Amino acid sequence: MSVRDDLAARMPGGDAGLIVFVLVSAYLLYILAGIGLGYDLRGQLNSIATLTFYIGVFAMLSLALNLHWGYTGLFNIGIVGFMAVGVYVMALVSKPVFVPGGAAQVGGLGLPLWVGILAGMLAAALLGLVVALPALRLRADYLAIVTIAMSEIVRFSFLSGELQQFSVLGNTVGFGGGSGLILDFVPPLQALFQSVGLWGVYLGFVDAFQVIVPTNPKPVVDGIVYGLLLLGFVSAFYWLLKRTGESPFGRVLKAIREDEDVANALGKDTDKFKIKSFMLGCALMGLAGILWLIPQGAVTPNFFRPRVTFFIWIALIIGGAGSNTGSVLGGAVFAAVLYQGPRYFQNLVSAVFPNLGSPAGFGQAIGPLISQLDPVPLLLYTVDSIRQLQLVVMGLVLIWLMHNRPDGLLGHRKETASVISLSRPKTMATDGGSVEGGDDE
Amino acid sequence: MGIAETYSRGRRFAIERPFVLVLAVIAAVLIGDLLLGIATGQTQFADIGTLVWDGLMRGLVIGLAGIGLSMTYSILNFANFSHGDYITAGAFSGWATTYLIAGLGRADVGALLLVGAGGSVYGGALDIGMLSTPLAVVAGIVVAGGFAIVLSLAVDRTIFRPVRNEDGITLLITSIGVAFALRYLMQFVFGSDVRGTTAQPPSMGLYLVDGTVFIDAHDITLLVVAAGLMLGVHLLLQRTKLGKAMRAMADNQDLALITGIPTERVVRATWVIGGGLTGVAGYMFILWKGTLGFNDGWLLLLLIFAAVILGGIGSIYGAITGGLVIGLTASMSVLWIPSAFARAAAFVVMIVILLVKPSGLFSGRATA
Repeated sequence: MSVRDDLAARMPGGDAGLIVFVLVSAYLLYILAGIGLGYDLRGQLNSIATLTFYIGVFAMLSLALNLHWGYTGLFNIGIVGFMAVGVYVMALVSKPVFVPGGAAQVGGLGLPLWVGILAGMLAAALLGLVVALPALRLRADYLAIVTIAMSEIVRFSFLSGELQQFSVLGNTVGFGGGSGLILDFVPPLQALFQSVGLWGVYLGFVDAFQVIVPTNPKPVVDGIVYGLLLLGFVSAFYWLLKRTGESPFGRVLKAIREDEDVANALGKDTDKFKIKSFMLGCALMGLAGILWLIPQGAVTPNFFRPRVTFFIWIALIIGGAGSNTGSVLGGAVFAAVLYQGPRYFQNLVSAVFPNLGSPAGFGQAIGPLISQLDPVPLLLYTVDSIRQLQLVVMGLVLIWLMHNRPDGLLGHRKETASVISLSRPKTMATDGGSVEGGDDE
Repeated sequence: MGIAETYSRGRRFAIERPFVLVLAVIAAVLIGDLLLGIATGQTQFADIGTLVWDGLMRGLVIGLAGIGLSMTYSILNFANFSHGDYITAGAFSGWATTYLIAGLGRADVGALLLVGAGGSVYGGALDIGMLSTPLAVVAGIVVAGGFAIVLSLAVDRTIFRPVRNEDGITLLITSIGVAFALRYLMQFVFGSDVRGTTAQPPSMGLYLVDGTVFIDAHDITLLVVAAGLMLGVHLLLQRTKLGKAMRAMADNQDLALITGIPTERVVRATWVIGGGLTGVAGYMFILWKGTLGFNDGWLLLLLIFAAVILGGIGSIYGAITGGLVIGLTASMSVLWIPSAFARAAAFVVMIVILLVKPSGLFSGRATA
């Protein structure tokens, strides 16, 4: 707590200053890494766009999770299932109608993209309702088990051959089974700009960009604009959750988090509040999943492994549950340091030491260390398999956080429900009040 | 009079417990469908027998691993999500031992210790099995149990003990961190490929009405080991002072503490028993199904949770019964639904139990 206070106090501009500081340092770090890797301008821009993309998705998802866990105290570890349902329903609704001989094996209903996105969010919210009804009345750890079981049921269902192809309203549609789906509709940016009649302007802007990136600037510009769009969504999520949290509805949620029995005794139907909050968060998770996967152009069920849920939880815990600012901060730190960082480290190592072959397995890596005390193969193997070790590191970070900083960087602030400040004025210190004032924990 | 009374009692029941009524209807429909299948000759008795046997074996593994989870759940008060990776860790350590003993002199020691990572050695080629290499298998079982005990004690000491007085959710989140660290560490060491571990064991066919049900040597091994260990745990909890202390702690920790029960020692004993059973369960699971991958324990964990909740947290008999029910559900559901949804069916059973009887079949938080 003291560390957090220091952080917030030392930072000009408070929480907003802290976010700006973290973002600026992350971008600086990545630009430096890009220089180290010898990227040209195009490479730098791409790397920044990728970083922005991941900051955006993780910030959105941890904001949505903050509504569940930070505000309402609902322990949801099935986030990835809601994302999957959002994405798949969106694909089902918005994919173009099946034409035999086309690239896609199954079609969709061919409705506009925004209809698909709304349908996806609605489906995620309804799944949330189905999960919440049995589990919410029970203990927090039961909800945890039910949600994670649900997310695996969703994944196995989309993997199964039974749902690979079926027929709706005479259209051949489906979820593609294990081989996945191609999201072959109009690219989202194009759809967005066309709907507001600015597509021509955007194309002109892309052409103007040729001054900086001479050849084929469109993918670069698309990446950056999409990243900015995601940051826009993050702001929208933030605003929505802040409004929700400060509304009478949000005050009840916080009361439930602190003590459900008390909220119940005050005549609040806590089950109903919990279900509403759960469904809203699930819809936001569905939306975040859609925004994550649309630019990838394809989706396979095995993307939605429980590890993605684990990522989002780490992001939330780094930032601090209960604080929207902390969620954004946690998402940014997680994306920049834990998620993308090791991959850049791997690239850096292979840029500095090119053509170093790495051992094919742990056996060949550890053998020389035992027989000749030669640690080089093991190090090479370590760098080569950094994508697995990344998860080990994340696990250890999570353990460390739970031991040393369970409230995260900006966690669990007591937000007073009253309109006027309840803290004692500092002049009251003379008659025995505390000089610090007790407004923060 | 009698009819009216029965009627009003039935109506009250239908109003108070609507879920139970719906469930009864669903069960009746399923059974009717099955009987119809048998009558029309679409479903054979022998097929059902095979599925029941398969479910029984699966259920024994789940029950055996579930005892440990149930004990830590009730005594330490948290859902341990790293339990699945203790299973995998036990399996890998045990199978490394089995490979080493069975293949010593026939293959490279490193490859044997890594359980044939990257296809360097195949269990089938080493002719591993209960009857062909009994010593290697028994040694593997012992090492699997022992390693899981050491691992769970070490994790408890370094990771869980500092936060033991926090609430269950803190411990739960910590255990998720442990789970991921362990799982991907194992992937780092042993590789991500799923390997075959055993040669085809000899089996015997039991004649059943219209076909045969095959039971192989590894099924029998699993049955004997699981039943023996379950009986052992039962005797330990009911007949020894340690068992009594454990049951007291599960019931009321503060009361146990003032009664002079050395709680820290009981916690350690819990991890020893639970970890040992878990490691052995992991080994037996691999022996029974014949393949080993780094994700096996995690995939089994959700079924184990389902079993433990179904049986009632804290009850080892509940864990065993729950394991059998979940195993049978997962295996037999293919009679009605596509096999891709078998796992989903087991979870649905768990959710249904949460709806109807949240405290589980053997309700109550006593390790008895």
